[in-house]
Amino acid sequence: MIPAPFQYEAAESAGHALDLLARHGEDAKLLAGGHSLLPMMKLRLAVPSVVIDIGRVEELAGIRADGDDLVIGATTCHADVAASDLVRSQTPLLAYAAAQVGDPQIRHRGTIGGSLAHADPAADLPMALVALGGSMEISGPAGRRTVAADDFFAGFFETSLQPDELLTAVRVPRHPGPDWGYQKFVRRANDWAIVGVAAAGGRIALANMGPVPVRATAAEQALAGGASVADAAAMAAEGTDPAEDIHADRAYRQHLARVLTRRALEHQKG
Amino acid sequence: MQIKLTVNGEPRSDEVEPRLLLVHYLREQCGLRAANVGCDTTSCGACTVLLNGKSVKSCTMLAVQAAGQEITTAEGLAAGGELHPVQQAFRQEHGLQCGFCTPGMVMAAAGLLAENPHPTEAEVREGLEGNFCRCTGYHNIVRAVLSAAGSMSA
Repeated sequence: MIPAPFQYEAAESAGHALDLLARHGEDAKLLAGGHSLLPMMKLRLAVPSVVIDIGRVEELAGIRADGDDLVIGATTCHADVAASDLVRSQTPLLAYAAAQVGDPQIRHRGTIGGSLAHADPAADLPMALVALGGSMEISGPAGRRTVAADDFFAGFFETSLQPDELLTAVRVPRHPGPDWGYQKFVRRANDWAIVGVAAAGGRIALANMGPVPVRATAAEQALAGGASVADAAAMAAEGTDPAEDIHADRAYRQHLARVLTRRALEHQKG
Repeated sequence: MQIKLTVNGEPRSDEVEPRLLLVHYLREQCGLRAANVGCDTTSCGACTVLLNGKSVKSCTMLAVQAAGQEITTAEGLAAGGELHPVQQAFRQEHGLQCGFCTPGMVMAAAGLLAENPHPTEAEVREGLEGNFCRCTGYHNIVRAVLSAAGSMSA
């Protein structure tokens, strides 16, 4: 499968990428690792007339500490997030989540910003960012803005990013302790989650339990009110409306959400 | 457009269409046919090559994204006509059956051993998670990678 023809522009800086976006508008797509965009272009699910390559923009990659947060450049690949001593020690849930994406080859190319902007509700990183209470740093013609992960995901494969905006970095609060859990239920190696759960510090995020990664708010409130892990986990599917597909129907996904939430709250990793 | 890159140690400059996939560039413009197009959906790993020493799937990368980078294919592993230890180990341990997945397996294994020279058996199996062998010859493939790790550190 070969993508439809497009005009290729290599951005030299974040500012250059924004200029190109402003010039080409909705006809343009940003390309970093290309591991969400290129498969969609090969299937003609995406047919941009202009592709703006930000893969060589150095200022968009890298991991640094900033006070109580870690700031991870949007084009940092999953393998670098997973292997980073800073991420592993300060936000181990995020390092673990990055290591669950796809397979080694995919993790060498796929980027954290790309995965978040793609906004697949079954993916690892959107769920991880919601569980950690992270946020997105976005640049556009009007300047910079920061959007909490809770507000970033607007719908099925849809975010609050505007066509002329660039996701430049991801901000994640440090959460160094051992009190986190991660559960990804798959039937095949390197697949997306049938249901996923990430839990950290009283926050619980669910993958593939709706059109966006969602918080298990009833379970969170129960926990905050002193309920046992088992009693809180029993409420994990409340208010969810998961899609049905070949892998699971609605009731099965809700069952998985309850079971996996209990395991995640017991700090199990799997 | 014009791209400059290094393929198997040789600098190259080629005219490519932006939509040309790296695997098609390697096979059709460079004449390097070790990397196979298997699933064409980033799943099977038959098209695996090394990009600056890291394993990547060349069906999910544009040739223009490789501009300025170093690509190594299975043809480039056998320096001076001598098989790379991973290639030797695949032969010795019978790590192939039909052979279709083999170039991708060898490149994924070479990339794995560059990152982790002494993997456990479990780490080899997880490290080759992105490569399918539809003959299901995984046991000998894993054995070959462990054997290569031993011979490379000897």
